[in-house]
Amino acid sequence: MSVTILFLALIASIVGWFLAHQRLTAKPWLEVGVIGDVRDTVPPPAFVAKVGLGVLLAVIGCLFALLSSAYLMRAGLADWKLLPVPRILWLNTVLLVLSSAALQWALIGARRGLMEDVRAGLFAGGLCALAFVAGQLLAWRELNAAGYFLASNPANAFFYLLTGVHALHILGGLVALGRTISKASLGVAMSALRSSVELCAIYWHFLLFVWLALFALLTGFAGDVFVICRALLT
Amino acid sequence: MVDVVFDPGNVVPPAEVEDVELYHPHSWITKYVFSQDAKVIAIQYAMTAISIGVVALVLSWLMRLQLGFPGTFSFIDGSNYYQYITMHGMIMVVYLLTALFLGGFGNYLIPLMVGARDMAFPYVNMISYWVYLLAVLVLAASFFVPGGPTGAGWTLYPPQAILSGTPGRDFGIILMLVSLMLFIIGFTMGGLNYVVTTLQLRTRGMTLMRLPLTVWGIVTATIMALLAFPGLFVACVMMLFDRVLGTSFFMPAIIEGGELQKYSGGSPILFQHLFWFFGHPEVYIVAVPAFGIVSDLISTHARKNIFGYRMMVWAIVSIGALSFVVWGHHMYVSGMNPQFGFFFAVTTLIIAVPTAIKVYNWVLTLWRADIHLEVPMLFALAFIVTFVIGGVTGLFLGNVSVDVPLSATMFVVAHFHMVMGVAPILVVFGGIYHWYPKVTGRMLNDTLGRIHFWVTFLGTYAIFFPMHYLGLIGVPRRYYELGDAAFVPPSAQSLNAFITIAALIVGAAQIAFFFNLIWSLFRGKEAGSNPWRATTLEWQTPETPPGHGNWGKNLPIVYRWAYDYSAPGAKEDFLPQNQPPQAVPAPAGAAS
Repeated sequence: MSVTILFLALIASIVGWFLAHQRLTAKPWLEVGVIGDVRDTVPPPAFVAKVGLGVLLAVIGCLFALLSSAYLMRAGLADWKLLPVPRILWLNTVLLVLSSAALQWALIGARRGLMEDVRAGLFAGGLCALAFVAGQLLAWRELNAAGYFLASNPANAFFYLLTGVHALHILGGLVALGRTISKASLGVAMSALRSSVELCAIYWHFLLFVWLALFALLTGFAGDVFVICRALLT
Repeated sequence: MVDVVFDPGNVVPPAEVEDVELYHPHSWITKYVFSQDAKVIAIQYAMTAISIGVVALVLSWLMRLQLGFPGTFSFIDGSNYYQYITMHGMIMVVYLLTALFLGGFGNYLIPLMVGARDMAFPYVNMISYWVYLLAVLVLAASFFVPGGPTGAGWTLYPPQAILSGTPGRDFGIILMLVSLMLFIIGFTMGGLNYVVTTLQLRTRGMTLMRLPLTVWGIVTATIMALLAFPGLFVACVMMLFDRVLGTSFFMPAIIEGGELQKYSGGSPILFQHLFWFFGHPEVYIVAVPAFGIVSDLISTHARKNIFGYRMMVWAIVSIGALSFVVWGHHMYVSGMNPQFGFFFAVTTLIIAVPTAIKVYNWVLTLWRADIHLEVPMLFALAFIVTFVIGGVTGLFLGNVSVDVPLSATMFVVAHFHMVMGVAPILVVFGGIYHWYPKVTGRMLNDTLGRIHFWVTFLGTYAIFFPMHYLGLIGVPRRYYELGDAAFVPPSAQSLNAFITIAALIVGAAQIAFFFNLIWSLFRGKEAGSNPWRATTLEWQTPETPPGHGNWGKNLPIVYRWAYDYSAPGAKEDFLPQNQPPQAVPAPAGAAS
C-alpha cells in the first residue's frame, strides 16, 4: 500500500496547505463584523468548475494509486511473471502525448482568442485520443493472439484491468471533449468556451501522467525503481 | 497573526450579489421528481435511505428470532441467516447511514448553512440521486433472483464469497458488487458537490471558522469518503472479474468438493487490505457527520456556545486524516506481520485523543448551561453516552492481545453496534426532530417523540449491553446455531431470548416515529421560521420551508460565528449569524 500512502500524503499536504491559509487559529467567538479577507462576490462559475475538476482528479488519482498498490503487492509474490509488453504501447504513448499537446495548443489559442487554433487543437486532440484507445485495443488483440489471456495469469489480469480502466477514463473524457467540440463548431463565444477547453486540457494532462505511471509499472520499470528505493531505505 | 478583528461600527452595505443563473423548474416532474434543487434531492435521498433501512431492520429481527429461539422458525435456515447478516450489514452501513448523512443531511443543510442558493453543480447532484436509487434497486433485486442475495458477510471476503458453498453465489454476489459500484459512482457525483459548494459558494462573511460544525463534519466525511470509496471500488471490480471472467486476483488455488478449481495465484489478503482501506474510514464517515450535528444540537438546546470550537474543528480534521492509517486493526487475525499489528494498534489508540477532546468539549458545553430537554437534545445526550461506551470497548479491541481472543465473538458485534450503529442513528433521529420544522414548516409531535426516544434509547441498551457479556464468555459471532458447546452456559440462551424480545420492541417502536413523520406533516403545530431560536443561517430564511433559491433577492451576510448564544447584553439569548453588529446594545461587552 506504499503508493497509496504516498498519494494520501500528497493529498494531505495539499489540504494542509489550503487549511493553513484559512485562519484556522482565529478565535471566531471574538470576531464580529465582516472579516477582511472574505471574498466580496461569489467566484465565477469557471473557477468553481475548475475546483470541481480538481476534486474529481483527486478521486481518480486515488483509484489508480490503489490499483498500483494492488499491482505491486501481488507482484511481490514469488510466482509473478511479467508479460511481454506489446511494442504498440510505445506508439500509443506517443499518440497520447500528442493528444495532450494538441489540447494545450487549443487552450493557448483560447486564451489568445484564436478560434481556428481552438477548433484545430480540439479536433487533433480528440482524434489522437481515439487513436490511442484503438491502439490499446490492438495491443489487447496482440496479447490474446499470443496466448496471454485475461484469466491465465494474475499478471495478465492486472495488465488488462489497468489498461482497461485507463481507457474508460479516456472515453469518458472524450464525451466532455465532444461536447466542447460541438460548442466550438456551433460558434459559442470564446469567453464561454475557454473554461471548457481548459477543463479538457487539465483532464488530458492528468490522464497522460497516469498513463506514463501505469506504463512504467507494466513494463517493470516502476517495479525496479521501487526495489531500488526500498533497498536504499532499508 | 491577528487574533481579534473587532469592528462594532463597521456598517457593511448589503451584499451585491449578481442574479445567479439558477435552474428554474417548469413542471411538476422537474420540480418534485427530476429536480435539481438540493432540498428536494435531500428529501429523495432520505426517503430512499430510510425505506431500504426498514428492510435491514426487518432482517435484523429475523436474525434475532433465530438466535433467540433457535429451531422455532422453520423458514430460517443457515443460508437465509447468512443472507440476512450480509444484507443487514451492508444496507445499514452504506445504503442507510452514508447516504442519509451525506446525501440527506448534506444536501439539505450545506447550501443553507453556508448561505448559498444551491449546490455548485445541480445537474450532477440530481444524477447522483438517481444513480443511488438505481444502486438501491439493484441491491433489492438480489432478493428476487434465483439463489437469493449473497451470504458472504458484509465484508465479502474471498475466496468464500464466490465459492459455490456460499448462498447467493450465482447472482446475489454479482448484484451486490454491481450495486456497490453504482453507489460509489453516484456518491462521487454528490460528494463533488458537497465539497465544492462549501469551498466556493459560501456567502459574504462566512469564513471557514464561522461554519457550523455540522458543515465541518459533513464535508470532512465527504472528503474521506471520496478518497476511501475507490478502495471498495477497486475491490469490487477485481472480485467481479474473478467471479465472472475467471481471473485470479483474490482467488488462490483451491480445492472444493474434491475438485481443483480453475483459480490459482490470487491473494485473499490483498482484498482485505483494499476492503479495510475503505472499511475503516467508513466508520468515521458515519461518525464525523454525527459529531458535527450533535455539536450543533447541544449548543442550540443548551443555549450556550460550543466549548472549544477551534479544537472541535482541528479534532474533526485530524480524525479524518488519522482514520486512513488504522485499517490494519481489522486484520490482526489475518496472519499479517506482527510489526504491522503494533503500528496499527498505536495509530488506533492515537485516534482516541481527538475523539476524547470532542467528548470533553460536549460535556463542557453542557456544564452550567441552560439545558432544554427537547426531543432533539435527548437524542444528542444519548449519543454522547452511547458513543463513549462504544468507543471505550474500541480501545480494548484496538490492542492486538485483547483483540485476538475477542475478535470473532459477540463482543465485537456489541462494540461496533454501539459505536457506529446506535450512536449515529440516535443523531439521525435527533437531526430529523431538529430540522423537520424547517423542512416541512411543522413541528413533530412531542409526546410521540419522547416515547420514541425512551423506547429506542433504553431498548438498544437492553439489546447491546448483554451482548458484551455474551462475547466475553466466548459466544461466537456469525453462528447460525450454537449447538451444544460446553463453554456456553444455558443462561446464555436466556440472555439471547431477552435480547431478541428487546430488539422486537425497539424495532416496533420505530412505527411511532414513522407515524409521527406522516401525521405531523398535516396535523403538526405550525413551527414558524425559527422554533428552536437557533443562530445558524438555515433558520433565517425568508420562507419556511425555504423556497427555490433559498434566500429571496439578496444573499445573507454573515457577521458572527455560529454559536452566539446567551451573549451578555443582547436582547434575545441568541444572535443569528446574519445579525449586524450595530443592532446589539452594549457592544463593549459583546467582545468578551
